Amino acid sequence: MSTKLLDHKKIERNVTLLGVLSLVVVAIGGIVEIAPLFWIDSTVEKVEGVRPYTPLEQAGRDIYVREGCYNCHSQMVRPFRDEVERYGPYSLAAESMYDHPFQWGSKRTGPDLARVGGRYSDEWHVQHLKNPQSVVPESIMPRYAFLAQRDLAGYDAKGSLTALSRVGVPYSKEDIEKAAADMILQATPFSDTTDLMKRYPKAQARDFDGDPTRVTEMDAIVAYLQMLGTLVDFESAKPQEQAR
Amino acid sequence: MDNTVSNAFAWLILGILAIFAAAAAADSGFSFHMAIMAAVALGVAFLTMSRGDWSERTTPTVPVGRYYDEVIRWGVIATVFWGVVGFLVGVVIASQLAFPDLNLSEHTNFGRLRPLHTSAVIFAFGGNALIATSFYVVQRTCRAPLAFPALSRFVFWGYQLFIVLAATGYVLGITQSKEYAEPEWYIDLWLTIVWVAYLVVFVGTVIRRAEPHIYVANWFYLAFILTIAMLHIVNNLAVPVSLLGAKSYSAFAGVQDALTQWWYGHNAVGFFLTAGFLAMMYYFVPKQAERPIYSYRLSIIHFWSLIFLYIWAGPHHLHYTALPDWAQTLGMVFSVMLWMPSWGGMINGLMTLNGAWDKIRTDPIIRMMVFALAFYGMATFEGPLMSIKSVNSLSHYTEWTVGHVHSGALGWNGMITFGAIYYMVPRLWGRSRLYSLRMINWHFWLATLGIVLYASSMWVAGITQGLMWREYGEDGYLVYAFAEVVAAMKPYYVIRIAGGLLYLAGALVMVWNVWMTIAGRLRDEAPLSTAFYDPEKDRPLVPAGPRSAVAA
Amino acid sequence: MNYDQLRHFADSYGLVFMGIVFLCLVGWTFRRGARRDLDRAATMIFDEDRQDG
Repeated sequence: MSTKLLDHKKIERNVTLLGVLSLVVVAIGGIVEIAPLFWIDSTVEKVEGVRPYTPLEQAGRDIYVREGCYNCHSQMVRPFRDEVERYGPYSLAAESMYDHPFQWGSKRTGPDLARVGGRYSDEWHVQHLKNPQSVVPESIMPRYAFLAQRDLAGYDAKGSLTALSRVGVPYSKEDIEKAAADMILQATPFSDTTDLMKRYPKAQARDFDGDPTRVTEMDAIVAYLQMLGTLVDFESAKPQEQAR
Repeated sequence: MDNTVSNAFAWLILGILAIFAAAAAADSGFSFHMAIMAAVALGVAFLTMSRGDWSERTTPTVPVGRYYDEVIRWGVIATVFWGVVGFLVGVVIASQLAFPDLNLSEHTNFGRLRPLHTSAVIFAFGGNALIATSFYVVQRTCRAPLAFPALSRFVFWGYQLFIVLAATGYVLGITQSKEYAEPEWYIDLWLTIVWVAYLVVFVGTVIRRAEPHIYVANWFYLAFILTIAMLHIVNNLAVPVSLLGAKSYSAFAGVQDALTQWWYGHNAVGFFLTAGFLAMMYYFVPKQAERPIYSYRLSIIHFWSLIFLYIWAGPHHLHYTALPDWAQTLGMVFSVMLWMPSWGGMINGLMTLNGAWDKIRTDPIIRMMVFALAFYGMATFEGPLMSIKSVNSLSHYTEWTVGHVHSGALGWNGMITFGAIYYMVPRLWGRSRLYSLRMINWHFWLATLGIVLYASSMWVAGITQGLMWREYGEDGYLVYAFAEVVAAMKPYYVIRIAGGLLYLAGALVMVWNVWMTIAGRLRDEAPLSTAFYDPEKDRPLVPAGPRSAVAA
Repeated sequence: MNYDQLRHFADSYGLVFMGIVFLCLVGWTFRRGARRDLDRAATMIFDEDRQDG
């Protein structure tokens, strides 16, 4: 009789059964909901222009994570009229396909940063990071002047790119071998960047922090902020977007 | 004896390994953490050797015929301690938002202190409360002593080490940036070990039970332990840059990472802050009210529907993002359905007082628990509402979310924990009663007023913020610059500080009360409620003696 | 098994199966004789207070 099989009293009295049953129940929800997303082709439409971060940008991204910027800044423009007008075209899944971890955020104590790249000058960013209230009087952002004092030399660019390639970011052997040199090169003015540009299209190479004599954490974070949202050409990408 | 030596030897090896790791570390943060590990391991090795009983073969750690309560007493003290730390950091970061000059240094900027606050209240305060109460409840409902006392001590101290590593890591900038899962890979591994030990102790005790039936509170605890294990392991899958460095990169990217994180993040709320604390409710509310739960049948239905539905609700954190639409809709539908079991549970708890409602007036612990349930009901009504996509389009990214979280955290988790602590402390330390019942009253009103200020200011702030962002003028342009909206938040941020300070003050009253109770003191105070008595009126209307005597 | 098949299975048989399991679990709390067991379970936590009685 099925009653014997499904007797709730049995569950109540058998701790293993109770545990297994609970786990099965909670696992099903996760599997059904999350597993399909790993068929990446059907979740993330390939979009022209998206590429892995350069070593300098990735270093800046790591600083962004370290300082907890995600606590106050989102990187996800939703498809609403006001957000598109305020921040730019709404975010596409493909734009964060190399983001380990994602930085979509959950709170906008400060503005969204998904498309902040190219909106302000390097000087503005440096000044704003050093003393936000000096350029935006209403700002409640902390000061990050210490970034300009700290050399980036200690950053393990090769190690980072190696780890990232292990989780699926398509860095080439050459990218990984040249990581440390690429990082310095991108922030050093008047250097030959043809090779860097070939491997990382649309990368911006210059002195970012206003101090051409050294490469600092400020160089890295500004380089990261200045590339955010600039990879996809939205004029040509438009026909590929689907109305949601 | 051999056991003692091999134990100490194992800790010694671990300590030496940690010293090597600290010396060879790729970054200073990892080096610092390995130094902490080394100090702890060597300390444990030393203690194990010095405390070893060399004269006798066996050392009974559990008094015969008693529950093993030592680790619970530590747990209660840790809960109270971390609670105050977490609330204090909360007040600090709230103040930083109102007065940005309070961001004093690299290590104490808002971005690093905010995870410290969330982890301190959720994992340090809440986690210790869950571990301590689960050990208390599982022993008493199984009528069996804790299965592995030594392992339970490891669970407690191992968990404290996890907290210290996580907290110092945030200040040093060691973070994965996944909300409520910020600790890096090696701290996650350590927590996994501790958590498995916790599961072993809990299940081991349930298996040894003298009662045929497993009381429903233990179901909730078991679901909480198992689910958190699953969530923790999956969400923290990552590849470290160096085995001797702190930094790692998530195994997932972009959309997948976002959904995994919020599947974790929402169920941390569902299974850590809800299922675990409902377990507390199902034991401590009936015990304090001295009447069985209103409907045991409802509690079973509550259990199954809660765990069936909660696990699906995560995507409501990602409405209108690049997450596929079907996942968002699924998340919304299950979130709305979740309203039913949540209220079923609340009604079950509240109706336990049916026929004894006067206890809300006379018993401050019951009053605390009833308010916890009321806030649970409020937060679980607000939650499904906010998961509806059109509401979410306004509320997401705003202070409304923060207000919602805190009406649940301060009201539900905080109040039910305070109630459980007040219930357990006199029993754990063998006191006839708490130092003071009237001080619970003060705690209650300080906390309630604090929550009201906090939640209402954040509601107004959040809705204001959301409306200002999308306000269009006659000319068809956005009316407000972002910075203007930031400026408009200031008064609400200040009110929030006041709310947080009141809540913190309430917790300090609890510290004093618990401290004095442990010290064995009783406050000389009038009882909270007594039946009316006036000695002046306590006399007969007819004078004494036979009637004739009066006449004479 | 590709994405579409999993999706179709999840929102048809998968959902129905979970619904049935859930209904069974709920239904069994209403079986005959359950009330006595449930009352016993609900009052179990008070046994320790009544040892003298």
